[in-house]
Amino acid sequence: MTKKKYLFQEKLIEVVLVLFASISILTTIGIVFSLLFETMIFFSEVSIFEFFTSIRWAPVFDPPSFGVLPLITGTLLIAILSSLVSLPLGLGTAIFLSEFASSKVRKVIKPIIELLAGIPSIVYGFFALTFITPLLRSFLPNTDIFNALSASIAVGIMTLPMVASLSEDAMMSVPNSIRQGAYALGSTKLEVAIHVIVPAAFSGIASSFVLAISRAIGETMIVAIAAGQTPSMSLNPLGSIQTMTGFMVNMALGDIQQGSIEFKTVFAVGSVLFVITLIMNLFAKYVIAKNREVY
Amino acid sequence: MTVKVKVENLNFYYGDFQALKNINIEIHENKITALIGPSGCGKSTFIKTIDRMYDLIEDTRADGHILFDEMDILKSDVDVVELRKRIGMVFQKPNPFPKSISENVLYAVKRHGDVNKVAFNEIVENSLRKASLWDEVKSKLHQSAFSLSGGQQQRLCIARTLATKPEVILMDEPTSALDPIATSKIEELLQELKKEYTVIIVTHSMQQAARISDYTGFFLNGELIEFGNTKDIFTNPKDKRTEDYITGRYG
Ligand SMILES: Nc1ncnc2c1ncn2[C@@H]1O[C@H](COP(=O)(O)OP(=O)(O)OP(=O)(O)O)[C@@H](O)[C@H]1O
Ligand SMILES: [Mg+2]
Repeated sequence: MTKKKYLFQEKLIEVVLVLFASISILTTIGIVFSLLFETMIFFSEVSIFEFFTSIRWAPVFDPPSFGVLPLITGTLLIAILSSLVSLPLGLGTAIFLSEFASSKVRKVIKPIIELLAGIPSIVYGFFALTFITPLLRSFLPNTDIFNALSASIAVGIMTLPMVASLSEDAMMSVPNSIRQGAYALGSTKLEVAIHVIVPAAFSGIASSFVLAISRAIGETMIVAIAAGQTPSMSLNPLGSIQTMTGFMVNMALGDIQQGSIEFKTVFAVGSVLFVITLIMNLFAKYVIAKNREVY
Repeated sequence: MTVKVKVENLNFYYGDFQALKNINIEIHENKITALIGPSGCGKSTFIKTIDRMYDLIEDTRADGHILFDEMDILKSDVDVVELRKRIGMVFQKPNPFPKSISENVLYAVKRHGDVNKVAFNEIVENSLRKASLWDEVKSKLHQSAFSLSGGQQQRLCIARTLATKPEVILMDEPTSALDPIATSKIEELLQELKKEYTVIIVTHSMQQAARISDYTGFFLNGELIEFGNTKDIFTNPKDKRTEDYITGRYG
């Protein structure tokens, strides 16, 4: 091959790859743009002040009320409660798999956990409604049929494999020599795990946490099925709530007119969701960059 | 002269593979014992038996006796965590923790002792001084251990081991990743350390063994071929195979 031809090929490949990369960038820009565009129209009709301060969300009522805070509270409630399940259990599982389990045990447990991650979220939704909720109601009788706790437990179980698997990857990538150094100083397994491996894998663990929380914030199916449709500022986990995603899917399923104010609320709520997730991701990037160890 | 570690009829297996065959050796207190031999002959395996580091490798087994003072290290009821505080280990490649220099030194102390904060500073300084690293790092104790050079990292690992006040220090080719200057620093250091500790060092460098050790053991294919005074081993080996090895005929 002549040098010229070779250079031409190189260039061609580069152009094609740049094209591919631009497709995803353009899509993102397109989504963000349409989101913001509809949101701007929304705010030309509804006061942005009301949107962020009113504590009543009733966009389809007469008179309507557009306070997004109840939806944010609902979302945060799900995010926090589900994190209480997924983060400790996920990290515990990861520590067990990477530091305690023999290779045989790990070979059995890892695929099972990964299987858990492959279950569609709608299945978790029905699992919450038909199993977790009755269970909760059997010892907490004043639990609503639709409630935040049941949905949160399901979301927590759903995101647990992600925390476990990513944290385990991070912990397994800590060089064995460091582990041996700690054992040689007379550490127990638990000390090695907690004082050496977890801190050394901190950036990976932190990013798995943020991802799990982001997943919980964006989770739609489970909350739509099990958490209820009651926008509420209440932080009572046993009561019915509504999340931002729950509201959006509700509207999408109803027969709303394109261009109507109800239609635009979906975009406004979507924008809020987008900003929250964006902040989370930026925060994660910052934490990871600050704690990255290079071996 | 006191025998610190007495090994009797030691056999060691990785699964079905026998890596050590009927080893008998006496390690003397406050002396440096060097272990030499071609790659794969079982030197690392041998020192891993002395602090039971082989427990970390699945499907391994040792039989025989290793008497450390009066305790048989190989007994299943031995508290290995306690044992490893008394028998420290320095590895071939420096392996500091991804923590600050002082945290590295204090790691074991913080886990085990109920020492107060005031004592912490003292321990850091003493351990680093003993590892002759203090002057180089005293102004940056809170920087990451990874900011040190390889030779400094290795001395930090030695300091970290000294902080647990071990009686025996096992070293597996501690200078093989270091340049000649860093190596000679550690060799000098060893002469200081043997006043307080018993040292067993694996080395591929015949010159190093001859320079620094009091006793030398020559391993071949999992067997201890010859063991004795370093001077005798290097000037007057009894076994033909030892002679071949130290004169470089094994490659
Ligand atoms: N984890 C292990 N599993 C199975 N066999 C092993 C393991 N570690 C070492 N061996 C085998 O045991 C024998 C002795 O190995 P060892 O590491 O003790 O040699 P060495 O003398 O330290 O060699 P080197 O000078 O190259 O470090 C070798 O044949 C090696 O292949
Ligand atoms: Mg070795």
